[in-house]
Amino acid sequence: MAGSALRADVISETRAPGLDAGQIRGRRLREKLFIACGLASTLVGLIALSFLLFDLAADGLPRLSWDFFTSFPSRRASAAGILSAWVGSVLVILVTAIIGVPLGVAAGIYLEEYARRNWMTNIIEINVSNLAAVPSIVYGLLALGLFVYGLGTGRSILTAGLTLALLILPIIIVATRESIRAVPYSIREAAYGIGATKGQVTRDHVLPAAIPGVLTGIIIGLSRALGETAPLITIGALTFIAFLPDPPITSEFPFISFRWLFDGFTVLPIQAFNWISRPGSDFHANAAAAGLVLLALTLSLNALAIVLRYRLRRRLQW
Amino acid sequence: MNQRVEVAAPVVAAGSDDARGRPIKIVNRDVNVWYGDKRALHDVSIDIPDRAVTAFIGPSGCGKSTFLRCMNRMNDTIPSARVTGTIEIDGQDIHDRSLDVVQLRARVGMVFQKPNPFAKSIYENVAYGPRIHGLARSKAELDAIVEQSLKRAALWDEAKDRLSQPGTGLSGGQQQRLCIARAIAVDPEVILMDEPASALDPIATARIEDLIDELRQNYTIVIVTHNMQQAARVSQRTAFFHLGKLVEEASTERMFTAPRDKRTQDYITGRFG
Ligand SMILES: Nc1ncnc2c1ncn2[C@@H]1O[C@H](COP(=O)(O)OP(=O)(O)O)[C@@H](O)[C@H]1O
Ligand SMILES: [Mg+2]
Repeated sequence: MAGSALRADVISETRAPGLDAGQIRGRRLREKLFIACGLASTLVGLIALSFLLFDLAADGLPRLSWDFFTSFPSRRASAAGILSAWVGSVLVILVTAIIGVPLGVAAGIYLEEYARRNWMTNIIEINVSNLAAVPSIVYGLLALGLFVYGLGTGRSILTAGLTLALLILPIIIVATRESIRAVPYSIREAAYGIGATKGQVTRDHVLPAAIPGVLTGIIIGLSRALGETAPLITIGALTFIAFLPDPPITSEFPFISFRWLFDGFTVLPIQAFNWISRPGSDFHANAAAAGLVLLALTLSLNALAIVLRYRLRRRLQW
Repeated sequence: MNQRVEVAAPVVAAGSDDARGRPIKIVNRDVNVWYGDKRALHDVSIDIPDRAVTAFIGPSGCGKSTFLRCMNRMNDTIPSARVTGTIEIDGQDIHDRSLDVVQLRARVGMVFQKPNPFAKSIYENVAYGPRIHGLARSKAELDAIVEQSLKRAALWDEAKDRLSQPGTGLSGGQQQRLCIARAIAVDPEVILMDEPASALDPIATARIEDLIDELRQNYTIVIVTHNMQQAARVSQRTAFFHLGKLVEEASTERMFTAPRDKRTQDYITGRFG
């Protein structure tokens, strides 16, 4: 009874008194117009992206060859390659991941599961969300003062890794917290109910269920780090580098070396930037090719995130 | 199957045992619960008999679950909840500082309204509790505990060939029996059940009820139900809650034949609820 009265209300609302057929037609037209506008703006984005890709591929594809990956940069465009750049990118991302992932995940778990809700955690929470929006150049300035001048880590792979780790920390923290929050409370209750401790509940039940989301956050963070240029230029990445960092494995005891951490470096986006700022279309083709490699790397990381999320989600069902 | 008993008809509780003369397992005195400023439970005092089934009935929102969760201190996991009063199990105050809440929850197991198996294999669901409490010294011992628990929960025949498959792949009724097996596996003395059959179909419900009747040989069981036929079928004692207060508590037989309080009468004859 109450339901039908309510429905009658709704109907009289939509057919408000004084709204004639013309006005209704006008309303429908506006709706159609809105849909058309939405479609058009989507298409603009799509067309721009494919044009960009096409342009990049047209310039860069002819330059992609085995030699391009195994050569150092050179003064001759046709002989130049991205060896030092991709090795630099891989090493910097490695350091970023080793530092940023455990810190970010641990902070996320702490904030979500252990921290008391008070003004302190509120401030931390607001700060973490704000940090995600800080322009990356600011991280570069911070790192220049803190790591390069303060701790004396130099213009090294280590400094770059530390800087990018700071940059992606908020992304990983937020992703970790959100995936932990999405774990149904009934799972925790079940574990508490048979006498699991808080640590056991978190480790054995909450984290495994949150893993897909956490992994996605990590990968998205790392692919963002992979494309960063500004903070690395700020801390003094090299733009022309014709040697590789010290090898991590040596022939003498203890067979492992960390000297590479303190070597100078360049990364793919900086290499591309360096080439594009030179005159001459030969170097521009190199830049396009390096851009393609970077794009392929980022896209495959994102694809990996999607696949992982899908497969892990399917394994976990409630 | 669900219609074995009419709502308002007088019923004789399962068996003729009304748990009179049984030793008392849990003593509750003046238990109050607040959620923030809101008082959910008012001075509840009730004795729970050993190795018998006690049913809590009452309209939804009257505090049955809240009270049930006091007895294994599950309310501790809700930040806004505050509990006062005395609860003693075998004479031991469960709020005593020297008592370990983890230990308490191993002694007082819980089965929830919605079956909530872990996203692990059937075997792991049952083995998890014994493992974290260090109850098995070898794989063989753990296997034995898993088998015995599944047998006691009447799930062994259906599960023995698929122990490594996910517990979430079972039917709703089987999942709930798995949750009972999981609770049994840590060798509790008391099992608290919060509407364990409300999400199940009548046939699965009947199996759970039969199981509860068997389990009372070895365990003290407290079951919340909003289904009065169920309370009549499985319990020896029944307590009626209304608006956060314990209105009346008696042998199930007397409760359904001669309730003393007007509110109890109204509720079991279906006048509100
Ligand atoms: N986590 C909670 N936070 C706040 N209020 C709650 C919470 N759980 C239950 N309540 C309130 O306490 C009262 C009793 O609830 P509950 O014990 O779940 O009732 P029942 O199990 O009898 O249906 C209700 O008014 C409910 O809204
Ligand atoms: Mg309830």
